[in-house]
Amino acid sequence: MKTKSIQAVNDFVVKFANVNGSGSASANELFARSILRMGVPVSPRNIFPSNIQGLPTWYEVRVTERGWLGRRGGVDLMVAMNPQTWNQDLAEIEPGGYLFYDSTRPMPVSKLRDDINVLGMPLTDICNATYEDSRQRQLFKNIIYVGALAALLDMDAGAIAELIGEQYKGKEKLLKPNLTAMQMGRDYALSHLKCPIGLRVKKADAVGKKIFMEGNSAAALGAVYGGATVCAWYPITPSSSVAEAFERHCKRLRVDEASGKNKFAIVQAEDELASIGIVTGAGWNGARAFTATSGPGVSLMTEFIGLAYFAEIPATIINVQRGGPSTGMPTRTQQADILSTAYASHGDTKHVMLFPEDPKECFEFTAQALDLADRLQTPVFVMTDLDIGMNTRLCDPLEWDDARVYDRGKVMSAEELQAGKDFGRYLDVDGDGITYRTYPGTHPTRGAYFTRGTTKDRYARYSEAGPDYVDNMQRLLKKFETAKTLVPKPLLTAAQHPARFGVLYFGSTSPAMSEALDGLAALGIYVNALRVRAFPFQDEIADFVAAHAKVFVIEQNRDAQLKTLLVNEAHINPASLISVLHYDGTPITARFIVKEISAVSAALNVRPLKKDKAA
Amino acid sequence: MTYLTKPKLHHPTLQKNKVGYTRRDYEGKISTLCAGCGHDSISASIIQACWELDIQPHRVAKLSGIGCSSKTPDYFLGSSHGFNSVHGRMPSVLTGANLANRDLIYLGVSGDGDSASIGIGQFAHIMRRGVNLTYILENNGVYGLTKGQFSATADAGSKSKRGVVNRDAPVDTVSLALQLGATYVARGFSGDKKQLVPLIRGAIAHQGAAFIDVLSPCVAFNNHEGSTRSYDYVREHNETVNRLDFWPTRDAINVEYREGEVIDVPQHDGSILRLRKTQPDYDPLDRVKALNHVAEHQAKGELVTGLLYIDPDADDLHAHLNTVDMPFNQLGVKELCPGAGVLEKLNAAMR
Repeated sequence: MKTKSIQAVNDFVVKFANVNGSGSASANELFARSILRMGVPVSPRNIFPSNIQGLPTWYEVRVTERGWLGRRGGVDLMVAMNPQTWNQDLAEIEPGGYLFYDSTRPMPVSKLRDDINVLGMPLTDICNATYEDSRQRQLFKNIIYVGALAALLDMDAGAIAELIGEQYKGKEKLLKPNLTAMQMGRDYALSHLKCPIGLRVKKADAVGKKIFMEGNSAAALGAVYGGATVCAWYPITPSSSVAEAFERHCKRLRVDEASGKNKFAIVQAEDELASIGIVTGAGWNGARAFTATSGPGVSLMTEFIGLAYFAEIPATIINVQRGGPSTGMPTRTQQADILSTAYASHGDTKHVMLFPEDPKECFEFTAQALDLADRLQTPVFVMTDLDIGMNTRLCDPLEWDDARVYDRGKVMSAEELQAGKDFGRYLDVDGDGITYRTYPGTHPTRGAYFTRGTTKDRYARYSEAGPDYVDNMQRLLKKFETAKTLVPKPLLTAAQHPARFGVLYFGSTSPAMSEALDGLAALGIYVNALRVRAFPFQDEIADFVAAHAKVFVIEQNRDAQLKTLLVNEAHINPASLISVLHYDGTPITARFIVKEISAVSAALNVRPLKKDKAA
Repeated sequence: MTYLTKPKLHHPTLQKNKVGYTRRDYEGKISTLCAGCGHDSISASIIQACWELDIQPHRVAKLSGIGCSSKTPDYFLGSSHGFNSVHGRMPSVLTGANLANRDLIYLGVSGDGDSASIGIGQFAHIMRRGVNLTYILENNGVYGLTKGQFSATADAGSKSKRGVVNRDAPVDTVSLALQLGATYVARGFSGDKKQLVPLIRGAIAHQGAAFIDVLSPCVAFNNHEGSTRSYDYVREHNETVNRLDFWPTRDAINVEYREGEVIDVPQHDGSILRLRKTQPDYDPLDRVKALNHVAEHQAKGELVTGLLYIDPDADDLHAHLNTVDMPFNQLGVKELCPGAGVLEKLNAAMR
């Protein structure tokens, strides 16, 4: 081999190329979790097709003691289990990297590369010799290669055995064969292959109290903690697992012990129009309700979203974004629904959006969205994406303050109505644009009103009079101003040195951005970074832009949608913004951001600070 | 219609029901529909039925879609919350509202454009789910508010006011409701309040998905020669299978009937639906026969009315979902939030 083999401890990328439906997912996750158990952070990602069985699927594990959880790009060790994608998988390996494959039928040298290390193991032969049943042969093959990787990467076999033990607790029939298969793979590798290779996992203490969780499950748990009782949804990738997780969580946490009855209702609706309709009806009637969907679903919901905006009905919508437009790339990630969501529906509308960065914020923001929807009496969107939603991500433990109560917003009670308090459904008594509502059935003679999508006066009486309409629309704007004070504030990561340039980013770009800041600093390029966490934009965002010569706006879409919204809504001069756009459906990487920003910085004639001077 | 506002003062001698309300207390705003509109008769029937049932008006939530029919909830039960939602989507909004508070009475009002065209999907699915409601479809065969286009319930061969003949097959909402699992299915005629009021009372008392298709002629656009939804046509082709009497309790029945003339159907709330047969062989407890009967008469150009089907053991969406008895909108953080201790355990399981 001409190229030097890659040598790395706790800092490399392993990619598994599998066939969809072959049972590889649980084995691959076992591999990732075993490394976590060794105290080394990992960042796994599913790269999967819109398919149930037969098409290629990949699982990429970034091993990263420094905790860089963004996708790195490039592959150091390819576990090539799918002949369909052989050429593509082979090409992806970094020079000096490693290829592990099933050598039952050895590959001719012409099918390999001469700048990589090839590790063959006759997995099919081993399985055929050991197992009679064809399904067993398939499933245990996956566990066998995990065992082999444990030897090749010098992993702690005890950690793997422990995890297998937890997974099959109480299922002795499954536990033992899995342990045996893992051990078989490990033994074979130890006796037939040079172990360990240049890539190694070494015990560390870099995981701490962190948890390993999918964003969709976290959002669903946020809905449980936030008091949602009604969930209406229509299956759509990548959001379906939000509703499914909500059901799972509720079955554990929301069944009334005394009666055995449910403190939740989940309706799989006939389409997205019905799911948002059910949420709207429940919100109107005083229950906390949410739906989870993706871009195409939001498109279908827009008529109702306009109604909820105009009639002022609380609704929480979790938009797990995927690649658009149209059916687009249903199993790939993007941040491409920013504009369609911000202005969803006809007429003058705008909507509150929250941008979580990881599962922890999916949990927090979903719970907060339910409060905000009640407080603001309007649709509130949690704008997550496939990268956060459908990958298991390491994040800080979830937190809840038991002193917290739900903010049900301005709801006039029967007692207040009885006492003669003036009730105007659209009457702004507090000057914040938010008016009082009543729940149906509150009082025999007072507080009833007619909810409609047509224009009305302050007392909810039908009116097509221009002044009534304008009065109402202006109040809605005032309410949107109030929203600024309630939504999560942007978070600043200040450069270690005075910086002429700034970066604005949001959502799932966060881990790649943190790593990029480190990479840029290593190049002597210092930038201040502001993570936008909500729309409407607070004044801090415009101030941040004004304080820098140029500001990069990092987005995962083609059309610079956040930038458009910033120009439109925060009145930022577009000339001060430079877009960095990544939209091929894969998660953005630190490498990409560093490359883009350093190239532009060079073009802008920025002289990097010398490292020694900077230090 | 009139531009006079209704006086709020009631005549002191007006009769009060058991909960102390007069009929006037069940009225709403002055109708803005055309004079003679069948829909106004339906509104009057709803008012009468609610008054007779001793329902407190504010315990009713009335929801509708878009169109002439969907405007009517503003014209009855003025002390109830109303929701005029989006076109064809009343069923989903009502489903959500019903989930939020199971203690209210839900009245869904829709039209044939709203339910059989744009909203046929939602109509179908609310019946399937068995949401506890009274769904009143005010069926006139045309789009009134957009001035006389055919709706999907217009019969093939019927003629529009402009002389156009409809060639498309009609959607029969009664047959659909029967197929889709509605547990109370009736058809009435806005011109026959005597038949309609008990049908509405029975539907409200029914604890499940109750559907009433009410033939309701449009005086402006579908009351002419050649229409199959005109007052004259409906009167001439009305084939009533039974007349319904509603009794709040069995004890209240004090009318004698001849053996074999009536069918008594007890309801969950203790009330009795007594059906006086006008067609001796008709069995309203048999869904399949009901479907056949409707289809046979439809083929002859006849409109079958009466209580067509009832399942006395019906349950509803809340039963299917096994929800708690307390309305969701009264549950607070104490009932709903598992708390920090549980979260710590969940965190531990994710390490």
